[in-house]
Amino acid sequence: MKIAFTTKGTDWDSAMDPRFGRTEYFLIYDDDKDELSHYDNRDSANDAHGAGPKTAQKLFEFKPDILITGNGPGGNAATVLQKTGVKIFIGAGDITVKEAYEAFKSSSLKEF
Amino acid sequence: MKEIVVISGKGGTGKTSLTASFAYLGGKDVIVADCDVDAADMHLLLQPDFANSDDFYSGELAYIHQNECIQCGKCADVCRFDAIPVIKGRYIVDPLSCEGCGYCARVCPTDAITNKDLNVGKWYVSSIKTGSTMVHAKLGIGADNSGKLVAKVKSEAKDIAEEERKDFVIVDGSPGVGCPVVSSLSGASFVVLVTEPSVSGLHDLKRVYELVKKFKIKAGCIINKSDINKNVTAEIVEFLKKENIVHIANLPYDENFTKAMTNGQTIVEYSDNHLKELITDSWDKIKRSVN
Amino acid sequence: MKIAIASGKGGTGKTTLSTNLASFLAETHQVVLTDLDVEEPNSGLFIKADLVHEEDKFKMVPEWAADECILCGNCQKVCNFHAVIQLGEMIMVFPELCHGCYACSELCPTSSLPMIPKKMGGLKHFQKGNLSFIESRLDIGEEQAVPLIAQTISYVEEHFSNEVIRIFDSPPGTSCPVIEATKDADFIILVTEPTPFGLHDLKLAVETMRELKKDLGVVVNRYGIGNDDVLQYCKEEQIAVLAKIPNSRRIAEIYSQGHLIYKEIPEVMVELENITSYIQSLKEKSLS
Repeated sequence: MKIAFTTKGTDWDSAMDPRFGRTEYFLIYDDDKDELSHYDNRDSANDAHGAGPKTAQKLFEFKPDILITGNGPGGNAATVLQKTGVKIFIGAGDITVKEAYEAFKSSSLKEF
Repeated sequence: MKEIVVISGKGGTGKTSLTASFAYLGGKDVIVADCDVDAADMHLLLQPDFANSDDFYSGELAYIHQNECIQCGKCADVCRFDAIPVIKGRYIVDPLSCEGCGYCARVCPTDAITNKDLNVGKWYVSSIKTGSTMVHAKLGIGADNSGKLVAKVKSEAKDIAEEERKDFVIVDGSPGVGCPVVSSLSGASFVVLVTEPSVSGLHDLKRVYELVKKFKIKAGCIINKSDINKNVTAEIVEFLKKENIVHIANLPYDENFTKAMTNGQTIVEYSDNHLKELITDSWDKIKRSVN
Repeated sequence: MKIAIASGKGGTGKTTLSTNLASFLAETHQVVLTDLDVEEPNSGLFIKADLVHEEDKFKMVPEWAADECILCGNCQKVCNFHAVIQLGEMIMVFPELCHGCYACSELCPTSSLPMIPKKMGGLKHFQKGNLSFIESRLDIGEEQAVPLIAQTISYVEEHFSNEVIRIFDSPPGTSCPVIEATKDADFIILVTEPTPFGLHDLKLAVETMRELKKDLGVVVNRYGIGNDDVLQYCKEEQIAVLAKIPNSRRIAEIYSQGHLIYKEIPEVMVELENITSYIQSLKEKSLS
């Protein structure tokens, strides 16, 4: 299973980024292989509009099963993500990636 | 660190005056972000020093390199915004009409057109009289207050707050119900709605609250000039109850709001009366609601 | 005669002036008031008139036709606004983000993105006696106010002759929607308050209108509060102050109920007469 996180850094101790469309990075954790990779999304800060769908499109390319984020995606991004079939869990905005993963494992995050 | 966003939907309700008062009461614990960049007025009350500034770019604008242009007119043909008039035999981009879609550059046979990043204003990090820091921006004429500038101002303010281990970021939010206010709300811990009991105040409060609801952020409401119209005030209170919004305070119609502003002061500095008490109580209540 | 009423900042009394001036002028003239603040149209709360016509307003957006599509990804690449997105074997369009530039549609090698009309808002036309009132409202979530403003102005141009006094209530601020709303006006009235906030935002509005090379005048609302800096500024810049609407709690109360103020406060009526005679003199000047 692949789990994506919206983050402000590239390792387990990084802070989560509560935003979806303008998140600084994605971390992708593949728990079958125990592999952690990242995608640099800082370009999205340059988009006046439409950061949400663009980021969702990028995320799609990694084919994650689960997305863990803070506020939850906006309307346009949510429409894209719905089509990709990824399950979204929110409320992990102001903790670290590790804490967010643990919160997810213990089912204490809310499904979007 | 908690982020408190103050919005109003309608202009002229006292949003900026109240936000500046909270910033003053919070003193060094509060980093201030002015995201009302269309009418960025908070600097008039908090006296920032404009110490650090940077250009801000948003969107793009087509630019035609005249020495490579062969006057074929393809760019003007495809432009849906009539943004490429012919002036004295030359194809020139009208910056106020150009949307920056880049279509013209894609059809130009000689690659004479490039899209340039559009410089729309400046943003600043300043020291203010509360002993703290304020992040603010100034837009050029005809520039669009996009979500991008709001996102920039907010994320700078939050970075500073985290670095300096401050308790709060307080945001003077954008007006309306469009993209900028959506960006203002993104990531907020608590929203303060400032309204007034007029038919338009209530109308706009309901419209903007639709957005807040989508974000599932806890909200509170201050009814300013509440004694102007008791019936509408009662109607607002009813609305707050129904929507489970914290009723923070009713403030009276009071010209000290304007007098303080004329003095370049926040209300809590200027007035030592009942109003100051009410605003101080409101700030305490907001802090309690956030935590 | 086309008069646009604008202000740098919201909440200065733009809608109050528009509705009161239009109603007052309609006692003796044919008047059409148009609310171009399409994101937050509020004039309608103060004008009680009968709905005579209603129409949906559309903009052109691409729609994906899957049959011929070869999934080359060109559409996504040419869209600067991220309004077209390729998701695996699917193309998605976000109409609210689309600026209607036609690039994706016309540059598609298989013509798989034809442009179709999509509703972005609605226009309503009300009538009472001499006063016509036009209001457009953008659907929530739509980001482009400019096309709706342009279409609303066209509606007014098509339905009213030059003899009718046309008043446009503009959106606040100094960004694209304001420029669209004011660029064809003969005269701009800027509404402000005699306070530091009012002065700061007035200066921005004046700069914008001068950039557009517009004739303008200022109406000071809530006169008597604050200080004289706004009047001083207008004097230095040689801007005509057309009227001073007094500061009064009573006015705020009447406004809060959604009523017109000039009918209850005689001083306001006098100020509206001042504005009217200024407009008359402009009209005569433009004819001579």
